[in-house]
Amino acid sequence: MTVVGQSIRRLEDPRLLRGLGHFVDDVNRPGQVWMRVVRASTAHARLAGVDLDGARALDGVHAALAAGDVDPLPVIPLRLGPADEPLDAYLQPVLAQERVRYVGEPVAVVVADDPYLAEDAAELVRVRYEELPVALDAAEAVAEGSPALRDDAPNECTTLRRGYGEVDEAFAGAARVVSVDVRVGRHFAVPLETRGLVAEYDAADGHLTLWGATKVPHFNRLVLAGMLGMPVHRISLRRSDAGGGFGARGELYPEDFLVAHLARRLNRAVKWIEDRAENLVAMNHSREQTRRLEAAFDAEHRLLAIRDELWHDNGAYLRTHGAVVAELTLGMLLGPYRVPAYEGVAHVALTNKTPCGTYRGPGRYEATFARERLLDAAVAELRVDRLELRRINLLRPDELPLERKLPVLGSEAIIDVGDFPGLLEQALEAAGYAEWCEEAAAARAEGRLVGAGVGVFMEKSGGGRFETAAVQVDPSGAVRVATGGASVGQGIETAMAQIAADELGVDVARIDVVAGDTDTIGDGVGSWASRSTIMGGSAVKLAAAATADKARRVAAELLEAAPEDLRLEGGRITVAGAPGRGMSLGEASAAYDPQLAERLGEAPGEAFGLGAQRSFTNVAIAFPYGVHLALVEVDPGTGAVRILRYHVAYDVGRAVNPMIVEGQLVGGAAQGIGGALLEDFRYAPSGQPLGASFMDYLLPTAAEIPPVGTSIHEDAPSPANPLGVKGAGEGGTVGCGAALAGAVDDAVGVAGAVRALPITPEQVLAALQVVETGTGTR
Amino acid sequence: MKPATFEYHRVGTVGEAVERLGELGEDAKLLAGGQSLVPMMNFRLARPPALVDISRVAELRYLTREGDTLRIGALTSHLAIERMDAPELLDGFSFLKEAAHWVGHYPIRTRGTFGGSVAHADPAAEWCLLAVLLDAEIVARGPGGERTIAAADFLLGFLTNALDPDEVLVEVRFPRPASRAALHEYARRRGDFAIVAAAVAVDVEEDTCRSARIVIGGVDDVPVRIGEAEAALAGSRLEAEAIEEAAQAAARAVDPASDIHGSAEYRRHLTAVLVTRALGEARGSEDGARSKNGAG
Ligand SMILES: Cc1cc2nc3c(=O)[nH]c(=O)nc-3n(C[C@H](O)[C@H](O)[C@H](O)COP(=O)(O)OP(=O)(O)OC[C@H]3O[C@@H](n4cnc5c(N)ncnc54)[C@H](O)[C@@H]3O)c2cc1C
Repeated sequence: MTVVGQSIRRLEDPRLLRGLGHFVDDVNRPGQVWMRVVRASTAHARLAGVDLDGARALDGVHAALAAGDVDPLPVIPLRLGPADEPLDAYLQPVLAQERVRYVGEPVAVVVADDPYLAEDAAELVRVRYEELPVALDAAEAVAEGSPALRDDAPNECTTLRRGYGEVDEAFAGAARVVSVDVRVGRHFAVPLETRGLVAEYDAADGHLTLWGATKVPHFNRLVLAGMLGMPVHRISLRRSDAGGGFGARGELYPEDFLVAHLARRLNRAVKWIEDRAENLVAMNHSREQTRRLEAAFDAEHRLLAIRDELWHDNGAYLRTHGAVVAELTLGMLLGPYRVPAYEGVAHVALTNKTPCGTYRGPGRYEATFARERLLDAAVAELRVDRLELRRINLLRPDELPLERKLPVLGSEAIIDVGDFPGLLEQALEAAGYAEWCEEAAAARAEGRLVGAGVGVFMEKSGGGRFETAAVQVDPSGAVRVATGGASVGQGIETAMAQIAADELGVDVARIDVVAGDTDTIGDGVGSWASRSTIMGGSAVKLAAAATADKARRVAAELLEAAPEDLRLEGGRITVAGAPGRGMSLGEASAAYDPQLAERLGEAPGEAFGLGAQRSFTNVAIAFPYGVHLALVEVDPGTGAVRILRYHVAYDVGRAVNPMIVEGQLVGGAAQGIGGALLEDFRYAPSGQPLGASFMDYLLPTAAEIPPVGTSIHEDAPSPANPLGVKGAGEGGTVGCGAALAGAVDDAVGVAGAVRALPITPEQVLAALQVVETGTGTR
Repeated sequence: MKPATFEYHRVGTVGEAVERLGELGEDAKLLAGGQSLVPMMNFRLARPPALVDISRVAELRYLTREGDTLRIGALTSHLAIERMDAPELLDGFSFLKEAAHWVGHYPIRTRGTFGGSVAHADPAAEWCLLAVLLDAEIVARGPGGERTIAAADFLLGFLTNALDPDEVLVEVRFPRPASRAALHEYARRRGDFAIVAAAVAVDVEEDTCRSARIVIGGVDDVPVRIGEAEAALAGSRLEAEAIEEAAQAAARAVDPASDIHGSAEYRRHLTAVLVTRALGEARGSEDGARSKNGAG
């Protein structure tokens, strides 16, 4: 039996559960000093002056810098995204220059002996602002007459136009046209661990070491090298455990540069641990969009075309993610449905709010909510059952592969495999949806407001050019697997070990996985886009297979057997049919030196013990797909929504570790439910954030999250990678808004009633009034 | 989120606390459970130059019954109220036990104190509501000895009480049992301060409501008694129409502000809903004032 496919316990957990994890705040270096960022207290202003004297005069303060003290002053570069237009004018300098554009923008930094003193010193920095009018709403910000964030560039930083087919014709010939206006609030990834970094500079070697980078360490190293004017090989980013990433934590931010810059400038270790109040205004926000969708149907309820126009609020700057979330929102809008023609326009607007980036299921959470809202609204207009409408329009397996002329992460979307209608039926069955509906009907008969909802979606995963892996067998027989992917708490070490174990015939307990350490592996792309198992896992498989081949060749030589007769099992290489003849993998590694390599006819220069390094290159996106189902009860008095039942069905092609996949789905659902019912980062008319603590930004607690049922499906393995896997990290989140909105509609008896996330009690009560005045459908 | 510099003094008796407060000047603060004060200090919204830690003053940790009166020592934890089980304490006061689970989360209830909550004077705090509802007396001790302040006079405004800077709140007294009292509230998450909370108590004799008290939290700087709603119930049989009338009267009487947790209009609506529910429960319960979770 293979190790892949088994729910083995996570290799990370023994250290995490015993408090032995290496989180960035666990790192303390001799003589370290603490950085504190002085952040803009106003949303839009000309910077009339930054007076650092008070801070500099405080005992125990080592440095205080503003933009003018850093030359050259770098900007945060794009890492991803479409460039329909040049976007340089919108990038964020590491310290505000001339203007501040959101509350929380770094204006200055101070360094002091301890974090308390650093905060005292930060308070002594005097910033003089000349207030400017603010732009806070995406649609208004791009309209004529809006306050401008920049003198030389419009607030609409880019307008993305995507589509295919004859849309106007389709609408002209439609039997029915349905439209909705929807909104998704400003959500925030809220990793349990805030950001943090420790940087240490070794003046003797001119070497900089950084702790705390996660997600994309090799990219960050490359960018830092450029910003600092240092060769890449003089910078090491050490791996660390991470208390959550979700797309936001681990990107390159202004602080990444500032900490490194200060460590070198002061020739001392500099530590920065973001506090929660900073985290809520400084780390990427996400999701906020308003959107108008229009669908043309024929008389048989078949979709003919969709028109889509959206206003994406990206906050004050473009950061590493550029405009990728807006592009993904267009590219993934159609999901698993058959849509002959499509026209999408995204207005990417800059506003005086915290900049935005990706957050678990970026673009798909928003798009799935919008599209499924459109379908639920169509249900009312077309007088068709909502499951039936979906069955009619879901792509059938015989229609795949389908080349959809919409770019997704820079690749053309080729939906290669899947059985979308099949999964819908399986999901209904697994959840016991028919019983839910009976339960709802019985409750309604008692006068309670109970309803069910469905969200069908397609995810995307993988991409990002390539990933690397290096496998090395130790003379003891232990194996080290290094990957360019990074641990963001997702269980990458376990999954990589399972994949390597099968190739090498080694117990997972003997495998050490090092993820995201730039010294251990020279290049890599990182952990995002649900790509690590697809890309990193495939690279590990290739490297482990190459290592196994090498082991066979070595053993064949030493055991005088044919390589094809050799078995790798239990850490040993044995001759088939002669179990007494064999050697351990460790012995093979010890024996493999340049001379032996030469004897084997291999280039001696490449032999450094038994191991191999491989990259997996593939730009194809894998499209997992799933269904979310929800049963809710609405309190007609308070407008509160209580989730009675919840189910996620998800096809991941192949689950390397089903327990981990389940964990991803449940945790993902918790975040999706939070965004659907509670979370919204709001601003006062002045641009002051109103959600800057957990009293006001309503993260769900365990009490708000129901038990989440899951069914993990492996009907459609990906043909695009050797493991057949598709990403599992985001599907738990993507369908929540759609399913819960549908369930609330059903409970209040008004199809399409919910138009915005989060579904606030006030929105629910407004919908109920519709029922009372008699325009409901039930 | 590191507090500004402060001095720290730990005391073992109320006398010492009073003395120390006198020495340290009027900006010094008492530290009890720290569940409100410490977060405010970490945000630097509060910057007391000195703290006088009374959390180990054993003499302030008690719950006793004297005749009709329930006496609650200032340092009694929320959890101790939640776990109250002696029949002589519960008789007529079970509404306190029932209300305790609305106060924050378990870890907060283990440390947070009754006296701290009343002194903190949050307009949505359960203990403040119930103190106003049932005419609790607040006992304060200062350099000149003890004085007693009626709850309604004690809560002066948002996070503002009637204590002098060198006074310690030592006890909260509930002077008479209330066998028909109930608290209903709504917050979007379990454990949050209520958006609106409604506390009611009714005296019923032979199926007729002799008098009623209604207090709403979350709609003003202090918990507010709603005389108009109370009047609507006096002499009624607490029938649905009377309750509805009282609920509407309460909704009309309050004048809430809007914030991100709810508009003024929503708070007004919640006032009516929660008054209705609380009265329904109080009517039905003889000493069984159960709070129900409307949020689910
Ligand atoms: C996440 C969270 C949720 C919460 N939810 C709720 C809730 O739903 N309902 C609710 O009521 N509370 C809630 N609280 C607050 C909690 O109940 C506090 O415990 C309480 O408000 C203050 O009590 P404390 O003992 O912690 O006081 P401290 O924080 O120590 O002090 C608070 C203030 O009272 C003063 N003080 C304390 N004791 C005395 C005394 N004996 N004499 C004079 N002054 C004194 C202090 O100087 C300070 O100004 C919540 C707190 C948190 C962190």
